[in-house]
Amino acid sequence: MTSRIAYIASNTFREAVRDRVLYNLIAFALLLSGAAIFVGQISIDIERLVVVNLGLAAVSLFGTVIAIFIGIGLVSKEIEKRTLYTVLSRPVRRWEFIIGKFFGLAGTLVVNTFFMAIGVFAALLYVAHKFSRPDALILIALYFIILEFLMICALALLFSSFSTPLLSAVFAFSLFVIGSFADDLRAFAELSHGFTHWVAAAAAYLVPNFSALNVISAVAHQQPVGAQLVLSNTLYALLYTTVALSGAVLIFERRNLK
Amino acid sequence: MAAIEILDLEKTYLVGFWCKRPKRALQPLRLTIEEGEIFGFLGPNGAGKTTTLKILMGLVFPTAGTARILGREWTDPEVKAQIGFLPEQPYFYDYLTAHELLDYFGQLSGVPARERKRRVEEVLSLVGLTDIKGLQLRRFSKGMLQRIGIAQAILHNPRLVFLDEPMSGLDPLGRREVRDLIAQLKQDGKTVFFSTHILSDAEALCDRVAIIHKGELRGVGAVDDLTSSVVGKIEVIWQGTQIPASIKALGAECHVSGDNVRAVISDNQQDAIIDALRRERVRLISITPLRTSLETYFVEKLQHSQTTAGKRA
Repeated sequence: MTSRIAYIASNTFREAVRDRVLYNLIAFALLLSGAAIFVGQISIDIERLVVVNLGLAAVSLFGTVIAIFIGIGLVSKEIEKRTLYTVLSRPVRRWEFIIGKFFGLAGTLVVNTFFMAIGVFAALLYVAHKFSRPDALILIALYFIILEFLMICALALLFSSFSTPLLSAVFAFSLFVIGSFADDLRAFAELSHGFTHWVAAAAAYLVPNFSALNVISAVAHQQPVGAQLVLSNTLYALLYTTVALSGAVLIFERRNLK
Repeated sequence: MAAIEILDLEKTYLVGFWCKRPKRALQPLRLTIEEGEIFGFLGPNGAGKTTTLKILMGLVFPTAGTARILGREWTDPEVKAQIGFLPEQPYFYDYLTAHELLDYFGQLSGVPARERKRRVEEVLSLVGLTDIKGLQLRRFSKGMLQRIGIAQAILHNPRLVFLDEPMSGLDPLGRREVRDLIAQLKQDGKTVFFSTHILSDAEALCDRVAIIHKGELRGVGAVDDLTSSVVGKIEVIWQGTQIPASIKALGAECHVSGDNVRAVISDNQQDAIIDALRRERVRLISITPLRTSLETYFVEKLQHSQTTAGKRA
């Protein structure tokens, strides 16, 4: 069982690599080295702040785009091209296929983030000439970004299991945008009353809370990130991912592959 | 033991965007395929052949009915380790090479790592694909992809092989090779269930065939039985280029072809035509009773079903 999931995950990773998904690293490297050189020249004591902010925001944005645009095609493309037929006619359960695909894409994003993280630290070293203790906080921000990717992958897979790639992209991107303002939505829910309160509260707790995972600004300002936040964010992201994946499995298990 | 028991499987799709209306793709189908036989599933395009195969492969869910494969419920995933499937017009991950694809499918089918490498080489050579190392599938022709499709279906040495239009996209030589391969599978004790609309392939290969049209089973039986009904005429061939008047007088339909004359005549005129040929002192080559071909049987069944449908309307 686990071996079949691993084989499907490994093939999904191979597909992403061969489809030149990791080429985004070149654009990322160009963006970051350009920014580092530019910031190094203006030198007004905010080099570190700019590089960390820009670098982590770029890691998040590049990864999100990859997660959405590959995730939405993971199932629908296989159905459309009928590559799924020769996979599911083997002793592969449908849920194993979904989970394998998820881990394949998640693995791609982790590898991508790893290389981008090296780029962020290299740019930081270039502008600051040395690492300081608070720079370790960047690792926590990167960990939260990976948790965010897991949730986006699971959501993209969920939409991909019943919808067309175009609609899946719209749904996933909308949720990403709304989820990025989840804290504001919750604040709005608390301020409102009656029916509006219930609708806003339901929406606020249904959409993924990406605001809680965004500590880029705090890390750039060298503010500490509490262990409790790390724990609660980890549990929240894993729970949300599990629920979204379970939904994808439930839908896909009942789907006719025409 | 029966290799496949199809027990009243049926499928109705809901079609239309707003107002969904039912469209029956498969009427209740009951069919048994014995182990070790080559079974042909015949029908024109859109008859329900692929729907039946997709249901058996668990790709589409039936509206009603059930099936047993190799003695187990067809939904049992463990059954799939013992079956191979070639879909119609197969499409594979085109970023992989043939070796990578087969290795991946071998992994999913549970072929041990040590055996996998040997089996991949073995099946590639069996389907006539050599010198393709390092070549991605996106560079393969349609015929080469069909061969890869057959290779992946038999890679894990399954007991039962489902082939959906296996000759599609192949040149005459390729078709011949696939025919030989299917015959070899039977010799190896495997059961082959294949769908086709090319009747000559079915006639040459199958032990039994079933004919399906508009989702309904129209006939099933051994190829020999279906094609052995004598139509009351004989075919007489003799050497010569002239048609003697005495033979024309018997009412024979004669055609000169090269150095031979072929005549078709009622079988009760057999003695008369032999006597006439003796009198004309020509060299008789053969006398053969005319039998129904599978094609004739197939067309008759289809015409019968269309007439029945017309009467119902």
